[in-house]
Amino acid sequence: MSTVTSLRTPDATDTVRDPAEMQRRVKLTVTLLLVSAIIFYFWWTIDDEQVFYLLSGERTRDTVPGEISTHPVTLTCGIVVLVAAVAAALGLMRHGATTLISMLVVGLAFLLCFVVWAYSDLDVAFKPWITNPLPGTFAVATPLVLGALAGCLCERAGVINVAIEGQFLAGAFFASVVASLTYSAGAGLLGGIIAGIGISAMLALFSIRYLVNQVVLGVVLVVFAQGLTNFLLDQIPNDATIKAYLNEPPKLQDIAIPGLSDIPLIGEAMFDQTILVYLMYAAVVFVTFVMFETRWGLRVRAVGEHPKAADTVGIKVRRIRWQAVLLAGVFAGLGGAYYTVGSTGSFDKNASSGNGFIALAAVIMGRWHPLWATFAALFFGLMSSLRNQLSLVDKIPSELLTMTPYLATVVAVAGFVGRVRPPAADGEPYVKS
Amino acid sequence: MQLEIRGLTKRFGTFTANDHIDLTIEPGEIHCLLGENGAGKSTLMNMLYGLLDPDEGQVLLDGKPAKFATPGDAIEAGIGMVHQHFMLVPVFTVAENIMLGREQTRGLGVLNRASAAALVRELSDKYKLAVDPASLVQDLPVGVQQRVEILKALANNAEVLILDEPTAVLTPQEIDELMSIMDSLRNNGTSIVFITHKLREVKAIGDKITVIRRGKVVGTTEPTASEPDLAEMMVGRGVKLVVDKDEPEVGDVALDVKNLTVIGTRGTTVVRNVSFDVRAGEILGIAGVQGNGQTELVKALLGLVRPASGQIQLEGRTISRHGPRQVLEEGIGYIPEDRSHDGFVSSFSVRENLVLDLYKHDEFSRGLALNQQAMTTNAQQRIEEFDIRTQSMNSSVSALSGGNQQKVVVARELSRRLKVLIASQPTRGVDVGSIEFIHQRIVAERDKGTAVVIVSTELDEIFALSDRIAVMYDGRIVDIVSPDILRDEIGLLMAGGDAKGAAAPEERSGSGATAAGTAGFDEETAKNA
Repeated sequence: MSTVTSLRTPDATDTVRDPAEMQRRVKLTVTLLLVSAIIFYFWWTIDDEQVFYLLSGERTRDTVPGEISTHPVTLTCGIVVLVAAVAAALGLMRHGATTLISMLVVGLAFLLCFVVWAYSDLDVAFKPWITNPLPGTFAVATPLVLGALAGCLCERAGVINVAIEGQFLAGAFFASVVASLTYSAGAGLLGGIIAGIGISAMLALFSIRYLVNQVVLGVVLVVFAQGLTNFLLDQIPNDATIKAYLNEPPKLQDIAIPGLSDIPLIGEAMFDQTILVYLMYAAVVFVTFVMFETRWGLRVRAVGEHPKAADTVGIKVRRIRWQAVLLAGVFAGLGGAYYTVGSTGSFDKNASSGNGFIALAAVIMGRWHPLWATFAALFFGLMSSLRNQLSLVDKIPSELLTMTPYLATVVAVAGFVGRVRPPAADGEPYVKS
Repeated sequence: MQLEIRGLTKRFGTFTANDHIDLTIEPGEIHCLLGENGAGKSTLMNMLYGLLDPDEGQVLLDGKPAKFATPGDAIEAGIGMVHQHFMLVPVFTVAENIMLGREQTRGLGVLNRASAAALVRELSDKYKLAVDPASLVQDLPVGVQQRVEILKALANNAEVLILDEPTAVLTPQEIDELMSIMDSLRNNGTSIVFITHKLREVKAIGDKITVIRRGKVVGTTEPTASEPDLAEMMVGRGVKLVVDKDEPEVGDVALDVKNLTVIGTRGTTVVRNVSFDVRAGEILGIAGVQGNGQTELVKALLGLVRPASGQIQLEGRTISRHGPRQVLEEGIGYIPEDRSHDGFVSSFSVRENLVLDLYKHDEFSRGLALNQQAMTTNAQQRIEEFDIRTQSMNSSVSALSGGNQQKVVVARELSRRLKVLIASQPTRGVDVGSIEFIHQRIVAERDKGTAVVIVSTELDEIFALSDRIAVMYDGRIVDIVSPDILRDEIGLLMAGGDAKGAAAPEERSGSGATAAGTAGFDEETAKNA
């Protein structure tokens, strides 16, 4: 008798549903239904039969663009998303690779339909074509990726880095000054790196040595970097001859990599860029490798997770944290250099315009993993690139468009990443008892 | 290696944690360090391991003075330590944890995981400590995590191994296994410093026993000393090791739990289909190794988590969907397992903490304001009644010793009319004197006709108090037994086996292998049960 009951117990408990899981399922289903409803709305309201696109090359009078038939495409996408919604409702969307891929498909379907809708039914004589958003994506994402790598390095070692924005500003300013003085964009990068390390040193000094609250400290460093760069910028006399030596740097040139840059769709975006973008690729590989495959990386992660455990095996916790934060400064400073020698040239006030905070969001969205953080930064880059394109099309108010990348980031962090576990000792100074 | 400590002293401000401690540990000896919580055992060992700087005194290794500024120095000198709170990185694998600090590399600092795993396998074969080098530490049961800690020390060629309260987190079977590991290490010539406050264990395995009280060595004795004698040395006065209690006068069912299932934050089922009842005037002990669903069960009873299914009834009324405030108002008292986290606000005064869940009652409030006068009178009474040793009722609770902090919590909870008292680990980290007192108060509460649920991982406590014992394993109540069950049988239940000897196969082989090595220990445990 008793054996029968004990055998039956597992079945009885397995049928009990986890309320949290049910809630997730409902949320996912509602979101997907909403997305499919919007797509069906596009399908219903679009009048144009087709929109045109051009994925590479310049638009000339003789170029023949590609065509997208609006109605079949939107209808198909709508149905795909609807199917995903039904799958979610049936509880098939659990955690796992299949779910991730289906969510990616849904996201892409929505973006495609949105772009198609934005480019259709335009009441203008000269119809704009959809262009490839990827080159813009990589350009915008480069500093973000570098900033996110800096964030990952610091936070994996247990130091919260809110000061990425400050490192960007300092890096941008000093890159411009050094490049102008030496008349070499490459030397400018070096200037950016040194400035980034400088802010890092302040972060490390106050957080590791003087145990200042790291979030407050990060914000203070951002304000400090803003003030410092603005002040120094104002000290440069408005005299063209002097200015040429201080804030008119040469820009980095695009370098096309033979062969690779001819790959359709992504070639131009990935392999016809400045040296800074190639450095970014190398940095991603480097940081990922160092963090997970080397002795130093193991120690960095150990001091970020359980500093006392690291201490008890003879690892110098503070020293490792100093090293990680200083190394992070290299990448953040390089990221900052993008805003002067990497793109516009001379330094303007607030050159990085809050992107350091987006890099921070990418760190969290990427779950403190350099690779995932890179993808998160690329996602934001894609959003920004689309915004830039759509602002040329007069369908959506531009003020609204300006918000979208940030909004998309918040939604992505809150909705899809959900609760993530940061390194256990993130933000906690290590004090020997 | 012979380790000698001479006149080691450590002061924190005006408080002397260690006062001129002398101790000699011979090679291949298991030296037990016996003392109450807060006696200064851990402070001493932390000095030995380079985590604390001694103010006076010196350490001699084989007669030569040695100085450890950092744990690195201590490791270098051949001292290994297994900390009470494991010093393992939960998100790392076993191999990564063992290699940390002395990593195998392929040159240029690139990790060589294969050779690290090979070393782990070699050591685990040599010392018969089975672990999988590739599994994540956070997925391992505590017993296995402890093995990893021991391996970590052995990988550093430790000749003196310090084990700081190693048995606190283990099942009786795992304790047997640890004893046999210690035995084989001793036979290999490793000296072991075994820190504990459990008398049974020092008698079972120790070669020599040093007793520490209030930072001083009070004496060194042989394991043949009787338990009451050891207890008296440890506490400084005669201690009653059993709680006086009469047969319970059992009334109606007060708390009735039916088919309760709770799902944890990670989405796993942590309490599985649990049913039990507690009658007025009886004490139900819930035994089990830490982490088998007791915490979540108590949280569900208190309304701190919403159960996924099942019913909780208090005197016939369903309270499964009540929040904590309603549960407390229904007449359930709660002594939480982590008092500093859930039991009081440490920066508040004793007086304020004594009314933490009573401030809304008419007695202590005047409209929106607090009735300070009533709070003061209340504090005076409780401090007197519960013998809370505090400088004044206005000093903050954080300034009190663990035992007195716990008395504040107990005093507050027992100052209401209760139908059910739920006490989770009521004497964890509490000195022996306070344990006696708290146990007496809990029994007195029972005799007033309150139904009492005691959750404890300490079998001694379960046996001392319970009228019935429910054993939890893996979220289930495996069995509800009477307290005259043998200690070994309940140990098997706690490991998921069957008390009648049909243990789960792995536990069976594990305890079988160790039975010979710890025969004396087994006898001892049987006697105590």
